[in-house]
Amino acid sequence: MYTQGLDLVPKGAEAQRPKDAEEVRLEEEFQKKIDAEIRIEPDDWMPEGYRRTLIRQISQHAHSEIVGMLPEGNWVTRAPTLRRKAILLAKIQDEAGHGLYLYSACETLGVSREELIEQLLSGKAKYSSIFNYPTLTWADVGIIGWLVDGAAIMNQVPLQRCSYGPYARAMIRICREESFHQRQGYEIVMAMAQGTPEQRRMVQDALNRWWWPVLMMFGPPDKDSWHTAQSMKWKIKRFTNDELRQRFVDAVVPQAERLGLKIPDPHLKWNPERGHYDFGEVPWDEFWRVVRGDGPCNRQRLEQRRRAWEEGRWVREAALTYAEKRRRRREAARAA
Amino acid sequence: MKGWPLYEVFIRPRNGIAHRHVGSVHAPDPEMALELARDLYCRRGEGASIWVVPASAITASRPEDRDAFFEPLEKEYRHPSHYDIPPDVKNM
Repeated sequence: MYTQGLDLVPKGAEAQRPKDAEEVRLEEEFQKKIDAEIRIEPDDWMPEGYRRTLIRQISQHAHSEIVGMLPEGNWVTRAPTLRRKAILLAKIQDEAGHGLYLYSACETLGVSREELIEQLLSGKAKYSSIFNYPTLTWADVGIIGWLVDGAAIMNQVPLQRCSYGPYARAMIRICREESFHQRQGYEIVMAMAQGTPEQRRMVQDALNRWWWPVLMMFGPPDKDSWHTAQSMKWKIKRFTNDELRQRFVDAVVPQAERLGLKIPDPHLKWNPERGHYDFGEVPWDEFWRVVRGDGPCNRQRLEQRRRAWEEGRWVREAALTYAEKRRRRREAARAA
Repeated sequence: MKGWPLYEVFIRPRNGIAHRHVGSVHAPDPEMALELARDLYCRRGEGASIWVVPASAITASRPEDRDAFFEPLEKEYRHPSHYDIPPDVKNM
């Protein structure tokens, strides 16, 4: 679904070792390639910081896709029609696929799949704060598609031009598939907004609950985002968190108005001078609380992931045993 | 994953086009790698044919040798633009 690029390491925490002349030369050459829009590929020389930043960002992104299946999975058995159920299943399968594309891309940086899974299950790795909120009604499923996936797209479109080749290529695939997610969500919201008064109340309530957490998806404000400048210089990021947040608000407000829904922000107002909507302060205290592990569903999500991993153990073992049996059978046939 | 080596995945979108690298999967054996690659990379009819290759079977050139490896000499005369032919000579 998307990467928040959570910058939890404070400035200066990474010790500065003096660089030798060769390293300085390599770094200059590297930056020249980046400036010339030449993509970096897995075996190319890259600064350690670039590698570490990418591993952190891509793995957080992959984990978000995987954990993102959980709030939606909650509604598979309760989708209102067979069509909606089939769509929801396809969407959840896409999220798993996106996680796997991203794990693949991350492994090209020299980290193993086991390490990545272990980091998620142990709680060491972060994933997008948005998946720590519950999906209370069917309207939430619509709002997730429309707004959560909409915010993800806003973030991911520029990542298709990320300087690291495998990540950019994974993003191209993901963006192509994500558009269906957003449209099916808006369709659900539209159906409810045009439905009975009870349905309209449900969908407005869902919008009220999701609005601020969705704006948090773009990450902390630029003034508190430690790695932004370096990531922009390396062209991992193309726009700052605040720029993307503003674009998203500008895009979504007319979509809400079209359905007669009200964005729950008294400060939201078109500013003709800026050519943008002004909006209120995101509740950042809540954001940091959720990121640090105290959101409404953090513990439940991790617990569910761990259980899925444990309960899937026999499947992984059976697959291995089957592969071994097949290999032996083939050898026997060859010997005969 | 443990005992699940990495396979690189190549897909031919339709006949008439070469297979193209799309990513990788971990799988216990080549047959399961094919099935997993289908589920992962062909959810929307993107494939007419899939190859999976154990990543360990690939021999790759080294990026740091790029210049020496690919451009041992300037050989401009290999390109048609190297030759000056008067414009009134047709079909050349």
